Amino acid sequence: MRKRKFDRAAVPGKLAGEVDDRFKVATPLRGVLNKVFPDHWSFLLGEIALFSFIIVVLTGVFLTFFFDPSMREVTYNGAYAPLRGMTMSRAYESALQLSFEVRGGLLMRQMHHWAALTFVAAIVVHMFRVFFTGAFRKPREANWIIGSLLFWLGFLAGFTGYSLPDDGLSGTGLRIASAIMLSIPLIGSWVTSSVFGGEFPGEIIMGRFYIAHVLLIPGILIALISIHVGLVFIQKHTQWPGPGRTNDNVVGERMFPRYAIKQGGYFMAVFAVIAFMGGLFQINPLWLFGPYEPAAVSSASQPDWYVMFLDGSTRLMPGWELPIPTPWGHYVVPPIFWPTVVLPGILTVLPALYPFIEQRLTKDRRIHNLLQRPRDVPARTALGAMAISFWLVLTLSGGNDVIADKFRISLNAMTWAGRIGLLLLPPLAYYITYRICLGLQQHDREVLAHGVETGIIRRLPDGRFVEVHQPLAAPGHDGHADLEYSGWVVPKKMNRLGALGPAIRGFFFPIERPSEAPVSPAPQVTGTEGTQRREVESGRR
Amino acid sequence: MSTQTERENVTETGIHGPTSSRFDVLREGAALDDIEIVHYEPQFAVPGGKTERRVVRTIAGFFLLTGLAATVFLVAYIWWPWEFGRQDGAQWFTPILGASLGLALAGLAFGILTWGKKLLPREVSIQQRHTGGSSEQERRITGQTIAYLGEEMGIGRRPLLKFALPLGLAPVGLVAAAPLIGGLIEDPHKNQIPGTETPELYTTGWNPAYNGGKPVRLTRQDGTPIRPEDVSVGGQMTVFPGIPHGSSNEHADSPTLLIHLRTSDADQARAANHRAGREDWMYGDYIAYSKICTHAGCPASLYEQQTNRLLCPCHQSQFLITDNAAPIFGPASRPLPQLEITVDDEGFFVAKRDYTDVIGPDFWERP
Repeated sequence: MRKRKFDRAAVPGKLAGEVDDRFKVATPLRGVLNKVFPDHWSFLLGEIALFSFIIVVLTGVFLTFFFDPSMREVTYNGAYAPLRGMTMSRAYESALQLSFEVRGGLLMRQMHHWAALTFVAAIVVHMFRVFFTGAFRKPREANWIIGSLLFWLGFLAGFTGYSLPDDGLSGTGLRIASAIMLSIPLIGSWVTSSVFGGEFPGEIIMGRFYIAHVLLIPGILIALISIHVGLVFIQKHTQWPGPGRTNDNVVGERMFPRYAIKQGGYFMAVFAVIAFMGGLFQINPLWLFGPYEPAAVSSASQPDWYVMFLDGSTRLMPGWELPIPTPWGHYVVPPIFWPTVVLPGILTVLPALYPFIEQRLTKDRRIHNLLQRPRDVPARTALGAMAISFWLVLTLSGGNDVIADKFRISLNAMTWAGRIGLLLLPPLAYYITYRICLGLQQHDREVLAHGVETGIIRRLPDGRFVEVHQPLAAPGHDGHADLEYSGWVVPKKMNRLGALGPAIRGFFFPIERPSEAPVSPAPQVTGTEGTQRREVESGRR
Repeated sequence: MSTQTERENVTETGIHGPTSSRFDVLREGAALDDIEIVHYEPQFAVPGGKTERRVVRTIAGFFLLTGLAATVFLVAYIWWPWEFGRQDGAQWFTPILGASLGLALAGLAFGILTWGKKLLPREVSIQQRHTGGSSEQERRITGQTIAYLGEEMGIGRRPLLKFALPLGLAPVGLVAAAPLIGGLIEDPHKNQIPGTETPELYTTGWNPAYNGGKPVRLTRQDGTPIRPEDVSVGGQMTVFPGIPHGSSNEHADSPTLLIHLRTSDADQARAANHRAGREDWMYGDYIAYSKICTHAGCPASLYEQQTNRLLCPCHQSQFLITDNAAPIFGPASRPLPQLEITVDDEGFFVAKRDYTDVIGPDFWERP
């Protein structure tokens, strides 16, 4: 019998055939490989959140091998001399151990913390993008709601993680959390004693927070993130208006190879930044805070940045107690209830329902796949600015003791500034943003009608000086170009029109001869560079 | 439908055509998914030219940088001194790891990104979205199918089942919830300290019941008792109940601030005490207030001697010690509870009895 020659080149094909025989994947795989994604830098903010989440999970798994969420009282006798001999919980001891006595443990813990902070930050910035460009409109309302849930889950994950090491800061945070639960009318004391298994702090809370932090919350997060990304995939990404871009198509690059390769590189870039931060920038040096003691706290105890707005709202709230006299007894609603239960409640529900609120107000129930420039929807943009200024005042107030200390301002003055600012700044931000939007809109129209400023001043025979404008199209019947606004960037500088030569390539010295500057925009099919000067024409379609 | 078959026919010839290249096949395949590759151009006018070779060298350089940095990481991880407290460069261990790991990943990132952005051909593809829902026909078919499902089950025709099903299932749902709620729920008023009827929620470590019925001593964190002369004028001291585990988290609501007021301030404080019906709650010029803030439970521990204000660093509630520790600024709404103190026959501070007000954050049914 002749031995058959082994054909190495045929192996991948054969293997693929065997796989397809069983799973019939050729057709769906082709669709996935070729799926078109639109490209814009602002579409990549959510990816930062996704990538940091992966890093959080990877580093978090490492930490679980060493961390022991036990409230058992131990006497520290580890590597960190200043704390030796102190009574502390086993949780804090193991957090110290994994920082000092596990090789590379500190890097992992700091990367975990930085990635968690980046995760929430990226979610927030991504939400800004989605909000201000109207990407949440029909048919994407469900994904907007899932996204806002993801923020709150990230918030909970962050808070439970912050509490686990049981150091001075996290214990104080936990104490405040218990006060917040306690303040709920009617059931407050029941909720608190059920969560803490009795009186604060009890013995069991760390175990419960631990399982929530490493299993329950990440589990829900992974499920929701999968749905979130899956819906983006199924519903196809929104895109900016531009030449050839309509509500019914996607203009961009195929997923493989360019888009996928860029995503992979981007992931590595996010990973690199977090590795740098984890190694070079100290975060949460919990050995400096000492173990949690109910009688000890230092000034300038701030939570992680995304909790600071709640700290701020709590600080600004006046001490108004709401007495509720009933025939069965005298009850109270403590002042801490409003800024820490009611406010977050409103902040959860209202933004989640925003797409429907806007739909109801504008009566716009059409499907939108094209994004809007923030200036073109002044009311929404101004609302967003209002919300941001509200949040900013609260967040700054969450650190008003530090500001008061560093800038030598009276602490009480800072509180009052926050109280007044919280009422004054949001409406002001609304008004200013609205006017800026209108101004930008008007300038776009002006450039479309009169052309781009050239910077050339010409003296007319009668002695007047005028600036020469470069019209974007031949003037119509009234002497103005008859261009319609297309919802995308209007060129406002001459070099945007190709009046200047393209930049010379090369870092230290030119690597190629600069090409001749085109005299007039050459007709081009759909080149990516062509978008800037072509979109004006597209407005006439 | 006819356009679909037409296209498939075209595709057949396109794919199996004698001259079709791989790209032709790809392009035809993309068309099946309503994708049109409208622009596809190489980055380089001359394939394999000087510019291209340069980009390739750059990418290779990035990948080699990754390899180098990753090696640095491994070498440092294995041989660099790392134990905390060593003086031979161990403090640089984490920064070196972070920097080399970051550099390795950054090299990888830039290599991949340069590859994608500078080497691959530029392309613009257009895919049809097919916005909106399914066709009227599809909707009708699925709708009828679901409606018939109801008919098949015959819920409408069998009213008994309509009642029996939810009635049967409701308790099952509750069965799932019961252990969770029942197991977690804890009556805040239940745990009574031994020998009394007061629930723990309303008591602290100062309750004489913890001390065999005798008044509890004021002690330092290490358990040593305190004499009046231990606190200088204008000074303050955090004191804990002199019982076993008195300063531990078991009695997290017990820490108390013992303040030695100046005589003039002490007179004011005494007058305020008098107005509130608290005769003899102070001992001489000494006064004791709960350290647990009535707002959120942080220790209100920043005492300003000149103004007799006590500030809580968490949310900046301020309490005026000479006015029964009433809240004068910030979000707290309730004065700090006062501890009635005196000195026992051995000359040490004791609490005459437990706090009469509830310690710490406010809640609905606070008596």
